[in-house]
Amino acid sequence: MPAADAMIEVRDLVKEFNGLRALDGVSLTVPRGKVVVIIGPSGSGKSTLLRCMNLLERPDEGEIRVDGERLTGDERDLNRIRADIGMVFQHFNLYPHLTVLENLTLAQQVVRGRGRQEAESIAMAQLERVGIAEKAGSHPRQLSGGQQQRVAIARTLAMNPKIMLFDEPTSALDPEMIKEVLEVMLQLARDGITMVVVTHEMGFAQAAADEVVFMDAGRIVEQGTPEGVFKNPASDRTWSFLSQILYHPTAAAVTG
Amino acid sequence: MTTRTELAPFRAALPARLIRPITGARWKAFPWWIAALGLVAAGTAYLVLSNPAYYEAFQFIRAGLGVTLTIALSAYAVALVLGLLAGLGRISENPLARNAATFYVEVIRGVPMLVLIFFIALVALPALIDGLHSLGLWLTAQGLSGPGQMLGRLDSRSVSMNVRAVAALSITYGAFLAEIFRGGIQSVDRGQMEAARSQGMTRAQAMRYIILPQAFRVMLPALGNDFISMLKDSSLVSVLAVRDITQVAKLYAGHSFRYTEAYTILAVLYLSMTMLLSALVRLLERKAGSHASR
Ligand SMILES: Nc1ncnc2c1ncn2[C@@H]1O[C@H](COP(=O)(O)OP(=O)(O)OP(=O)(O)O)[C@@H](O)[C@H]1O
Ligand SMILES: [Mg+2]
Repeated sequence: MPAADAMIEVRDLVKEFNGLRALDGVSLTVPRGKVVVIIGPSGSGKSTLLRCMNLLERPDEGEIRVDGERLTGDERDLNRIRADIGMVFQHFNLYPHLTVLENLTLAQQVVRGRGRQEAESIAMAQLERVGIAEKAGSHPRQLSGGQQQRVAIARTLAMNPKIMLFDEPTSALDPEMIKEVLEVMLQLARDGITMVVVTHEMGFAQAAADEVVFMDAGRIVEQGTPEGVFKNPASDRTWSFLSQILYHPTAAAVTG
Repeated sequence: MTTRTELAPFRAALPARLIRPITGARWKAFPWWIAALGLVAAGTAYLVLSNPAYYEAFQFIRAGLGVTLTIALSAYAVALVLGLLAGLGRISENPLARNAATFYVEVIRGVPMLVLIFFIALVALPALIDGLHSLGLWLTAQGLSGPGQMLGRLDSRSVSMNVRAVAALSITYGAFLAEIFRGGIQSVDRGQMEAARSQGMTRAQAMRYIILPQAFRVMLPALGNDFISMLKDSSLVSVLAVRDITQVAKLYAGHSFRYTEAYTILAVLYLSMTMLLSALVRLLERKAGSHASR
């Protein structure tokens, strides 16, 4: 039975790539209004889990519920549900042939069916929110990486998502730009947006996460509050992963 | 007498390396071939203007230009549609679409163009139209007289050779353009489709608003070059007795025995058109290059 306050429920998810088990029976509940941070070594299946949540990747087994509704893979349902799930990518994936404003209005118009004026005023409000309204007329290539990622965040916000998925949103950024993006994300967390964030930024996890999930080899090894997972990891694998990552120079970026 | 100032705008339009004085090793870099082409064009123009035999041949052959250009342009327009459909088919997840598109492309690539033109214009197209005609008769007999009579009125003998030529060229070039479309679409970063789909766009919407506009910029030079090739290959449809410039030149040479005049003018006419077009393509290429994404 789906829990009443669950925004996303993942149950016994299995995903294989040519015999390799990227997800090996993963179950996870993301409560409404909460922030879940997923950490883990490279290749542990973090991206695959995130991408299953809006069926960019189709799991081989298991079930996924978004806001109580089961994802079946039916195209019509899928497009409707995806419109409610914002996704922010490591490499931004802005539309390079469109202006910043058009990046924000396109899906509002063709997916949400909003009129141009309405879409533009929503877009401007969201650009304002991420602090980049003055770049509305620019093309993505004219912006810095940090600015592009903030535009990408605003692009998903303009769709009024029920939930936002972030896949290493700061990993492709120069160190000096990481902070501006994390600050925007922190603000979203305070605004009560449901978020699932794959990141190596432990500072962000500490500050924003309601729950931290540690993955290894396609399984969830450990989960709990940031204090619990970071200060008293129950498993050796979590401990050794954390000891490697915590000495990483960017770990303090958000709190510093 | 023209003065320096009158020439200034023309100089400004020329590539700098064409007007810089040629000294030292620079003569090696100078594009002599462009100068030679200019000389050929100027020489022919001079012949046409000064020599009555050339003038007469030119006036005669020029009459075919309209047919050549109309056929090339309409065949290209149809080929663009066929190429887009077949290109999308080649990368489709649907095995039927993928195999049908691959079959089409491979068949066209495996048969000489001249043979294709005969086959499509004189065998495949009439067979298709006869088939539709029979279908119309059958539909009428089934009581569907509306669409039935419309199809029943089709008659393969009444299809003009110009239309057959357009069909032959467009079906042939559709297969070539399919590969350009496929390459162009595949050149667009995978993340673009993912971003669009993650926003709830359908595959078709993502193609239309996100992928194709980006692919198109990459494809422009190749599309332009294929238009030039098609313009040249349109000379082959003269075998269907279509009165394009090649056919008209052949007729003129045949009855006047002025082979030199007829074929010189024919060659220079094609050359002028293709040179003009490739200059245009290069311009587009430079523009697309300066707009390149990321
Ligand atoms: N499309 C794919 N095709 C084949 N194998 C894949 C594909 N996507 C992921 N994998 C494999 O699945 C495993 C999990 O990959 P995933 O990208 O989910 O890991 P990750 O935890 O996100 O790692 P990273 O921190 O490097 O991003 C890896 O071994 C990866 O090579
Ligand atoms: Mg990943």
